[in-house]
Amino acid sequence: MSTHASTSRGPDAAPRPTVFARARIVDPARGLDAVGSVIVAEGRILAAGPEVLNQGSPEGWEVVDATDKVIVPGLVDMRVFLGEPGHEHRETFASASRAAAAGGVTTIVTMPDTDPVIDDPALVDFVLRRAREEAAVRVHPMAALTKGQKGAETSEFGLLSEAGAVAFTDARRSVAASLVMRRALTYARDFGALIVHHVEDPSLAGAGVATEGEFATRMGLPGIPREAETIMLERDMRLVALTGGRYHASQLSTAESVEILRAAKARGLDVTASVSINHLSLNELDIGTYRSFLKFSPPLRHEDDRQAMIEAVADGIVDVIVSGHDPQDVEMKRHPFAEAADGAVGLETSLAAALRLVHDGRLSWSRLVEAMALRPAERLGLDAGRLTPGAPADLAVIDPGMPWLLDRAKLLSRSKNTPFEDARFVGRVVRTLVGGRTVHALDA
Amino acid sequence: MTSSSMTNAPSTPAPAFPHRHLLGIEGLTPLQILHLLDKAEEEVHVSRQVEKKKNVLRGRTQINLFFEASTRTQSSFEIAGKRLGADVMNMSVASSSVKKGETLIDTAATLNAMRPDILVVRHHAAGAVHLLARKVSCSVINAGDGAHEHPTQALLDALTIRRHKGRIEGLTVAICGDIVHSRVARSNILLLNALGARVKLVGPSTLLPSGAARLGVETFTDMKKGLDGADIVMMLRLQRERMNGSFVPSVREYFHYWGLDQEKLAFAAPDALVMHPGPMNRGVEIDPEVADGPQSLIAEQVEMGVAVRMAVLETLAEHLPTV
Repeated sequence: MSTHASTSRGPDAAPRPTVFARARIVDPARGLDAVGSVIVAEGRILAAGPEVLNQGSPEGWEVVDATDKVIVPGLVDMRVFLGEPGHEHRETFASASRAAAAGGVTTIVTMPDTDPVIDDPALVDFVLRRAREEAAVRVHPMAALTKGQKGAETSEFGLLSEAGAVAFTDARRSVAASLVMRRALTYARDFGALIVHHVEDPSLAGAGVATEGEFATRMGLPGIPREAETIMLERDMRLVALTGGRYHASQLSTAESVEILRAAKARGLDVTASVSINHLSLNELDIGTYRSFLKFSPPLRHEDDRQAMIEAVADGIVDVIVSGHDPQDVEMKRHPFAEAADGAVGLETSLAAALRLVHDGRLSWSRLVEAMALRPAERLGLDAGRLTPGAPADLAVIDPGMPWLLDRAKLLSRSKNTPFEDARFVGRVVRTLVGGRTVHALDA
Repeated sequence: MTSSSMTNAPSTPAPAFPHRHLLGIEGLTPLQILHLLDKAEEEVHVSRQVEKKKNVLRGRTQINLFFEASTRTQSSFEIAGKRLGADVMNMSVASSSVKKGETLIDTAATLNAMRPDILVVRHHAAGAVHLLARKVSCSVINAGDGAHEHPTQALLDALTIRRHKGRIEGLTVAICGDIVHSRVARSNILLLNALGARVKLVGPSTLLPSGAARLGVETFTDMKKGLDGADIVMMLRLQRERMNGSFVPSVREYFHYWGLDQEKLAFAAPDALVMHPGPMNRGVEIDPEVADGPQSLIAEQVEMGVAVRMAVLETLAEHLPTV
């Protein structure tokens, strides 16, 4: 897997070794958060830590003064939608990877609900080949959990895994039939495959587009009760207990969901979960007068739920933060709220938005890096998310105090459907390396 | 919600109605509501004359853009516009043709290029009229958006009530039936609350909205308690697709418990008046005897509808550019 980036680098010679001196290094894999230096050579981390300071460097090495910068492992984003294949006008591997690099994301895990759906080993091959040719960051596909994402027959977990699929999901869809989910969890066990599930009971959600309650009522929008999420999550926890499967909830969003997950973990079930940066940053009131860029599935929730999700990330109950990067063109978004597509782009903004939680004292740097790099890498079995000597040199150099304003028109993604239009952020990625190569450098 | 025009020079006195659009009752102050009602009183006189024509909208183009069929609202706006001298064009856009690919915004851009002065819009999705209003340069009137708002209906209801009761403040108004899907109910709740009425919602729990208590209303599932002391009983239409098991089990059960007949009307104040935004389902939410009885204001509501829409059109026209 780790060879993809190296083959996508183009024909130029390997970069010379680089020393990032006097940076704050955050590497939760080793419990490290200290000022030191990072040495990158031959695509790998040669050394990283306080002990590397002031050792000098051989002639010809690039030395970067990284004083007041923070160096973290490149982020691993495990929920990214692309338009390729099928909807290249929304996003391609090339455009998504530029956006990712600008956001400090060095590994993207793609969703299989493209056209065609990625439910065949040959299609996994196709994704990996296109990524090798086009992408500056590492790309790992998830494959469909059920054939055609129809929720009826499980896909070929074994062959798809061998082809390179890192997990199985029906992306935006929930598998409503409990029997299908039970068999998927059971069969996946034989291959150690991870099932990633969108938890929303479709029959209870109905035609809803906003969280049921005062806001939806005032706006005249059909509501979805939070129970659509908790019922499905509760069901899944029972099925994981029954089958012993490996399970990851792709996006949790309610306070009650956190309690269900906490109880399941306490029972020793092999379960983890993500939350999207949108649900950590925004609540339903941000929808304002029907801003369709803030339409998501699950819908934005009450502020109490957002606070509970932040707590859950801080204490590690919710393992992973995803961007949920979901490029949609104007044709899909410029509709009345209920008729607009779900989703927002996020690769370029997820770190900056998460840094707000760090600046507010809600998350530590270590926990942030765990949730956005280390844990997703561990859960998916990827060699990423750490700055340990010998690890691939995938890293982001962040200026934590740099203020910037999000200009939607300047987004690198082909689609500009961001919920953070004109947002003020503090903290920006100034340089991103994948396999030792600089894939993004902010203009000074 | 209603965007105000910010173009007035600081020296001019604040206009009685400072908004460019009428997108909802939300955002209107009680004084602005009363301004529209007073204006509508004048329009009632105009409409009752032999010569019903004014010329305040002469040379103006009004487009009635209806994405959802509505004979009565559309014709009411059409008559209102014509009585004020506007050139009125009706455009009925079947939702299917919109689904062929043209977004609402494309439609808005196309219409905007025809340089209308006023757009009257009805759409099946909440927020659609707001979206459109952001993309055009003329005044926009919401003629109903999904389950969100229908401001001219609430204004005509208020006008009808005020003409009979002399006031809104202090009255008890029971709004009955399918509240959850009703834009009429939402706009009425906002308007009646703003003018100081007590609002009670009555219906089966499946048709009462979540979070209703936060809207400043009381909810009842029993007509006897809900209608107790009501000065006004406002019935809402129950859509056919909601009658058979999805929200209520059957028409006969619905009528039995929530249909307004003489017996249930007797729970309300002795001089209570009955209203319905139409079109009625006689025998579903209302007994024909009540609908056509002496306490019914239903026919008068239609007349007030034209007057209120004239008042809204004329008021918004005052802010239209004159050069």
